[in-house]
Amino acid sequence: MAGKTATRQAYGEFLVEKGRVKADLIVMDADLSKSTMTNAFSKEFPDRFFNMGIAEQNLFGAAAGIALSGKTVCASTFAMFASGRAFEVVRNSIGYTHANVKICATHAGISVGEDGASHQTFEDIALMRTIPGMTVLNPSDGESAKILLDQAVDADGPFYIRLGRAAVEPIYAADAEIKVGKSVCLRDGGDCTVIATGILVGEALLAAEALAKEGIAVRVVDMHTIKPIDGEAIEKAAKETKGIVTAEEHSVIGGLGGAVAEYAAAHCPVRMAFVGQGDCFGESGKPAELLKKYGMSADSIAAAVKGMLRG
Amino acid sequence: MPDTNTIEKIKRAANEIRVDIVKQVYFAGSGHPGGSLSAADILAALYFHEMDIDPAKPAKAGRDRFVLSKGHAAPVLYAALAERGFFPKDELWKLRSIGAMLQGHPSRKTTPGVEMSTGSLGQGFSVSVGMALASRIDGAGRVYTLLGDGELEEGLVWEAAMAAGHYKLDNLCAVIDWNGLQIDGKNDDVMTVAPVDEKFRSFGFNTLLIDGHSIPEIIGAFDAARRTKGRPTAIVAKTVKGKGVKFMENEAGWHGKAPSEEETKKALEELGGEL
Repeated sequence: MAGKTATRQAYGEFLVEKGRVKADLIVMDADLSKSTMTNAFSKEFPDRFFNMGIAEQNLFGAAAGIALSGKTVCASTFAMFASGRAFEVVRNSIGYTHANVKICATHAGISVGEDGASHQTFEDIALMRTIPGMTVLNPSDGESAKILLDQAVDADGPFYIRLGRAAVEPIYAADAEIKVGKSVCLRDGGDCTVIATGILVGEALLAAEALAKEGIAVRVVDMHTIKPIDGEAIEKAAKETKGIVTAEEHSVIGGLGGAVAEYAAAHCPVRMAFVGQGDCFGESGKPAELLKKYGMSADSIAAAVKGMLRG
Repeated sequence: MPDTNTIEKIKRAANEIRVDIVKQVYFAGSGHPGGSLSAADILAALYFHEMDIDPAKPAKAGRDRFVLSKGHAAPVLYAALAERGFFPKDELWKLRSIGAMLQGHPSRKTTPGVEMSTGSLGQGFSVSVGMALASRIDGAGRVYTLLGDGELEEGLVWEAAMAAGHYKLDNLCAVIDWNGLQIDGKNDDVMTVAPVDEKFRSFGFNTLLIDGHSIPEIIGAFDAARRTKGRPTAIVAKTVKGKGVKFMENEAGWHGKAPSEEETKKALEELGGEL
């Protein structure tokens, strides 16, 4: 396995590889190509790259127009602007038309770090999963990001793919079996299930390791696809373990926790606890410091598991 | 200069479109007649002269495309498409009813010939910029879009205009239906959008100011746009909201209201149509 990689870095590498084999792949950005990592594609395929300037609404409107002309578009900016500022353009011009646009949104969550609250998105999963037909992905490491991106680009219709700024430890090998819509059980255990997404999958694995030393067996599920949610894995966790803790670098309102709870409430009621950003804004700091302070580190996940098991 | 026959053919189509606008909105019991009537001559010129399209093959490769960015004027688009043969006219009388092909605002998923689902202002123009970028890569047809004057108050319009100028999209032609009125009254009272032509010129457009009810001026402007290289064209078409139905003309109240049976008969009498 490779060393630490940010999922945005994997995205940048993926685009160049995919661009060589997929002639109709168009990449678009809004003046952040060095940060979203679309710049490597722009250098190799200048005729298939469009920088739309600092104008995110038009980025996604024009992306819809290109996609509805028969091409596949990966359009990138920071998650804050993709999901927030451009929401209604994404909803009406991409969602309603089921356009073949892959919204590859980077710098999601609190691990943006030093840029602070104005750039730390905790709302994007909640917003995007309410759009009919929108598939929502949140990969946990570089290799899974590449595998999921490849499937997204080959699939028809709109995708929201949440990518991070910070480099994270590798979890998967390049040949891992990962499929959109099907979660991955990374570690089995019968006491409690942690269903995590994005960079909190790595934190969940650390928490499980620490809890194992205390005799608590935790199942860790990587829910890389938040929509459509993998109901089968939720039912299994509800039946086979004593409760579910969800863990995400997103608001506890409406994100992975909400999606799992909606499914569980309707199909397999189970005790749940939610690890994520509370109902508050973030601040500047180093990613690891912020994850700890705002309750999204391995420690917080372990505490939530113990709290649940205490009853 | 186009021959008299061509001009007469477009004029007849425009009148048919007007008749069908009034009838659609009457049968639907709601909708937007004012801004549909103001654009009837422009759409007649596009669908009966300017655009390379085939009603038998709405998705024909390389075709020209039209996006109704002012999506609330759906009745003018539907009337033009039906008149041109994209679908039977029977559909027109089911506008806005449940299960109907013709939605309150255009939907590309349900209606042959509708290139883009619109209704949220500014987005159709932005999508047109994307279509023009894609069309240039593919060597496909031209892209036309119609915006309302009130729509120009949306910030997205100017993001899209900046991109069209930057990318020198000479295959893109935007028409502004400048009837001077929006829901709450005159543009000048609600939010000043003038000078429209100067704004587009400063964003890198070739700009033409025409009478939007003169067929020779409209087709002359489309011809000039097609011959313009290296920059997009904005045709600012001075129009009359409600044009063709005297009691609707220049009345902001007819922006989004259906006529009564009596009013419909009066309007159709003026246009030479019948219920």
